[in-house]
Amino acid sequence: MTTTTAPDIRWTAVRAGFSRGWIETRQSFTEVANLIGHVAPAAAYVAVLVMLRGRTVPDTDFALGRMVLPSLLSMSIIFGGVSGPTTALVADREDGTLLRAKITPHGMLGYVVGKIVMFALSTLLAFIPIIVLGSLLIDNLVLDVRAGLLLALVLVAGMVSTVPIGIALGCMMKSTVQAMLVPLACALLIYPSGIFYPLSALPTWPQWVGQAFPLYWVGLGARSAMLPSEMVVAEVGQSWRTVEMCAVLGLWAALGLLLAPILLRRVAQRQSGSALAEVRQRYLSKGY
Amino acid sequence: MDVSPYTPELALEVRDLRMRYGSRDVLTGVTFSAHRGEVLALLGPNGAGKTTTIEILEGLRARSAGEVSVLGCDPARGDEAWRARIGVVLQSWRDHRFWRVRELLTYSARFYAPFATAKVARPWEVDELLEVVGLSESAQAKIITLSGGQRRRLDVALGIVGRPEIVFFDEPTAGFDPHARRDFHDLIHRLADFDNTTILLTTHDLDEAEKIADRILVLDEGRIVADGSADQLARQLTNSAEVRWSADGQRHVHAVREGDPAEFVRDLLIRNPNVTGLEVRRASLEDTYMALVHRVESRDPRPGSGKPRESDGQKIEEQK
Repeated sequence: MTTTTAPDIRWTAVRAGFSRGWIETRQSFTEVANLIGHVAPAAAYVAVLVMLRGRTVPDTDFALGRMVLPSLLSMSIIFGGVSGPTTALVADREDGTLLRAKITPHGMLGYVVGKIVMFALSTLLAFIPIIVLGSLLIDNLVLDVRAGLLLALVLVAGMVSTVPIGIALGCMMKSTVQAMLVPLACALLIYPSGIFYPLSALPTWPQWVGQAFPLYWVGLGARSAMLPSEMVVAEVGQSWRTVEMCAVLGLWAALGLLLAPILLRRVAQRQSGSALAEVRQRYLSKGY
Repeated sequence: MDVSPYTPELALEVRDLRMRYGSRDVLTGVTFSAHRGEVLALLGPNGAGKTTTIEILEGLRARSAGEVSVLGCDPARGDEAWRARIGVVLQSWRDHRFWRVRELLTYSARFYAPFATAKVARPWEVDELLEVVGLSESAQAKIITLSGGQRRRLDVALGIVGRPEIVFFDEPTAGFDPHARRDFHDLIHRLADFDNTTILLTTHDLDEAEKIADRILVLDEGRIVADGSADQLARQLTNSAEVRWSADGQRHVHAVREGDPAEFVRDLLIRNPNVTGLEVRRASLEDTYMALVHRVESRDPRPGSGKPRESDGQKIEEQK
């Protein structure tokens, strides 16, 4: 009989998951179809930064680009953390990747670890062009140790609070078309998120909606890391509210970590060859 | 074959398996078993319940009733250690399109390593497996660029990479050219003979079932209508014969549904001395199976119209 213990077996699956994450991240940069997913947002960010060059926040001499840079970072965290896993999960369910994971011993564990590694890596990589371009295009951008540490905290808290939610949403979406609603919803949440206009300039109800979702808090965290302390006056309560940020993002993380495994198990249970054949049939007859 | 006087260990046991979707009965009491190292073909027309049966055994689908044991474990409660001992090859896979062949096989193999035992070395060595399924030259190819037949070879490789004790194949050779089909048959024999792997495959091709299976199960309208080797099957299913003759310028056909046609012929010759051109034709296994497939395909496709069948075997209309 085997002497391998249960934790060893799981650890093998986790290690395989890391290799999966690495392989898929590499693919996302070598496949033309996937590369667009990295290039398009980066191009949009460059366009924004170039357009804002030389402009200042109204009535101040504060560079507008410097104000917007944290917003771009928080958007890439949210889109990478929510829409990414949602669309990936639906696609993997429809092409049989998830079923393959299910019939492999501890394959689902490897799959989930792989996805988390991949989204963390791609989001981290998405930071690079924003920060490099930001420092080229924006004068007196401050990136000291404090900013670096806070940004790292925001990145980790942002990913932990969004990736499980993204996976849970992916489990709930019935098709790739439905999954496209998720990035749309994220885009709508940009309005009450405070990442382009200060939240305090909005009417009360959007303020509350905005503060219920992670985007606002991730943006607030990014601003607290990269903006000079006097800019805090534009924030709600004139505070960076770092403790509240951790609390709200922690709640979202807890909700996601609670829901994702349950929904994932349910989705996995429904995977079978005939379920796949039905999807295939739907594509053949309806085209989506 | 196993010639020991002891009952060989059962790898698979199914008793009175039933499956019902809403008001439609898909399986109405399926019973069979398989010994270790046995190759079983589940043969039947489309819609007979082959895929449903195999998915229940794979633990991918919950059953309505009946007892099922695969490697001594109920598939509905199969844990990961049980998963490591079975192999699954489905009809169609489109997964991992951007991965390379060797990359995906190496990744999948990793999960099986902790389940190696003194008797079974897991997983299969990747390069050796690529050689066995004939994919060595495509090892670095991106999966999306593989031809249909190559993709099936990869699916087979992924299904057996953990050196499973039992492998389920759903329509494994659909889309294979004759050469690939031969290779696949060789692989099945290799798995069964050298590694004592139990194999259950579904097919609607009688010829293929006769070639590779030790035993054929014919599934029709949710139950097993015949179970045995090709020879036994011929005897179980084809107990009918046709007698044709001419008399008084007319051609006659008579179907003998059961038993020996000799009796009818003896009687006929005594009663009518003008009989000429006498022909007695026993239906071949192929005729019988074709009749079964034809009956299913020409049937009213209304859901739930599966009516209870007459005893066993088919009916040949009597005409004068």
